[in-house]
Amino acid sequence: MIVLKDIKKRYQMGDQSIDALRGASLVIKEGEFISIMGPSGSGKSTLMNIIGCLDRPTSGSYKFDNKEVSQLNDDELASIRNEKIGFIFQSFNLLPRFTAIKNVELPLIYSRVSSNEWHKTALDAMKSVGLENRLNHKPSELSGGQQQRVAIARALVNNPSIILADEPTGNLDSKSGEQIMKILQGLNEDKGVTIILVTHEPNIAQFSKRIIHIKDGAVIKDEKVTNNRK
Amino acid sequence: MNINETFKVSLEALLANKIRSSLTMLGVIIGVTAVILLVSVGEGARLYIETELTGLGSNLLIVTPGKVDTRGSFRPHSVGAIRKLSYDDALFIKRRSQYLKEAVPVILGTANLKYKNLSRDITVIGLTPEYLQLRILKIESGSFVTQVDVDTKKKVIVLGRTAKRELFGNENALGKLVTVGESRYRVVGIMSKKGVSLGFDFDDVVFIPVTSAGELFDTDKLFEIITSVKNPENLDKAIAEIKELLIKRHSNKEDFTITSQSDILSTMQTILTIMTGVLAGIAGISLVVGGIGIMNIMLVSVRERTREIGIRKAVGAKHKDILIQFLIESITLSVVGGIIGIIIGAGSSVVIPFFLPFYLPTEVTLWSVLLAFFFSAAVGIFFGIYPARKASLLDPIESLRYE
Ligand SMILES: Nc1ncnc2c1ncn2[C@@H]1O[C@H](COP(=O)(O)OP(=O)(O)OP(=O)(O)O)[C@@H](O)[C@H]1O
Ligand SMILES: [Mg+2]
Repeated sequence: MIVLKDIKKRYQMGDQSIDALRGASLVIKEGEFISIMGPSGSGKSTLMNIIGCLDRPTSGSYKFDNKEVSQLNDDELASIRNEKIGFIFQSFNLLPRFTAIKNVELPLIYSRVSSNEWHKTALDAMKSVGLENRLNHKPSELSGGQQQRVAIARALVNNPSIILADEPTGNLDSKSGEQIMKILQGLNEDKGVTIILVTHEPNIAQFSKRIIHIKDGAVIKDEKVTNNRK
Repeated sequence: MNINETFKVSLEALLANKIRSSLTMLGVIIGVTAVILLVSVGEGARLYIETELTGLGSNLLIVTPGKVDTRGSFRPHSVGAIRKLSYDDALFIKRRSQYLKEAVPVILGTANLKYKNLSRDITVIGLTPEYLQLRILKIESGSFVTQVDVDTKKKVIVLGRTAKRELFGNENALGKLVTVGESRYRVVGIMSKKGVSLGFDFDDVVFIPVTSAGELFDTDKLFEIITSVKNPENLDKAIAEIKELLIKRHSNKEDFTITSQSDILSTMQTILTIMTGVLAGIAGISLVVGGIGIMNIMLVSVRERTREIGIRKAVGAKHKDILIQFLIESITLSVVGGIIGIIIGAGSSVVIPFFLPFYLPTEVTLWSVLLAFFFSAAVGIFFGIYPARKASLLDPIESLRYE
């Protein structure tokens, strides 16, 4: 359960300051599947980073599972990211020197999972995105869609309660994009993982159950999606 | 993050840039090699001096005419003393001292040595029989100068190896007559090989009774009196005693100098220890330069891998995970470089002397190996900590955005 109250984020650049978020409030329950939409520069990524504990708000309250996290230190945030949150990025962000399976193992090496279970756990994650026959490929030897599926496997390998995806289909053709969305949808429906994604494409947003519209750093519209895409 | 995995990650990163890693290591290798090599040369010189001096006899006190104030300095070369040291002085201190075992009067000079039509100038040492034992010399054939020879001023001569070889070749020299200066001396003994000790060639000399030498050089001034102490613990007491005895005999003037072998030894040791330290220090500078190379490369590496750091942080790496990962890289570079340097340095210390046209004593010491090892590890930590810290403090979002 995520409760954001009056979250503000101000970037200081020299004597100029930019308000990326100006009092965003939002409640997200477990098992939701949410899309965040809005014009470029409206603060979607900033909001995602705060929800994902990669960044702290300038002011406001952020409760994650009833725990105030807006003031935690870097290492405490790192633990939450490791145990509770999985990230999927528009540009995949895989380590180019590592094979797919090694990339998927990455969150495990920073976790409490013992090293002799890493491979098996990562293998299961690779299977769940249908890439069990691409284990030893480097990212450069995979298609964009495959790379994003590796990224999904990495995001879910630690059994997070939330997966955050910032424009996960932005770099993909529509077919691969849909494939990705179906995987995310499956995770949400079968495992009850909360999914929050940012997208510019309305037909991608249709996979989710709820769409939040953001403009100028604040939530301007919050709508339920009836009969979403399957 | 578990330490095995950290090691693996660090090593993989180093292996991914083999040439760069090797070049960086080269800086440390050169530094450590230099430390080991130079220290082993310094240490070799120290040990050489030590064995040479003990080879000249230990427990020795040497009385030379003339006063030199600095204690523990080298023997004064000038014999221009106000008051001479005499044969009787030597007899006197030997008779009256309770700490001395022997006191050998020595007259030193150069004279022309001739046999048949061969002749050459040679160092002549006039002495008493005990000289043999004090200087740890050995007779090869015949006999040494005896007390009777000394007492009767007999014209007998004992030849060093070189003198014998050059004058007689393979011919038997014992019993032959040679001309020293104007007098004829009978060869009674040939010395065993002793070799060069601290620049003095003990093979290229001849020995005659001190009394005969006095006559030969027309002098009663001794070059020195070599004394040996019964018990090395009483060295200082013996010095005081000799002083007292001689001052009395020399109308209350201290116009002589007493030098102990251990004084010379400790002076030499000090000089060479300082020299070794200076050499190690100079070599240490190149090790520091190697360390700067590591720092430089690590900074480049952190910059190149900014995105990797961002990704690791996004999936849960903590400060110390990143810090340790980069620190292990720099320490690995310096320690592996250090070990290779130790092997090359120690190896060349042993091998290089064989290929040199002159004698270079070297001695690889455990302390220099340990010092080089820990110093190189310390260099890795010292110069690695800044880049590693920089990496660990990177902001995850900015790192993920870094191109
Ligand atoms: N590190 C930063 N320093 C300064 N300003 C920033 C920083 N990050 C974001 N901003 C500013 O904050 C505002 C919101 O940025 P954000 O990346 O959240 O937008 P967005 O909604 O994700 O846009 P897009 O759809 O283009 O990705 C922008 O005006 C941006 O310029
Ligand atoms: Mg964005």
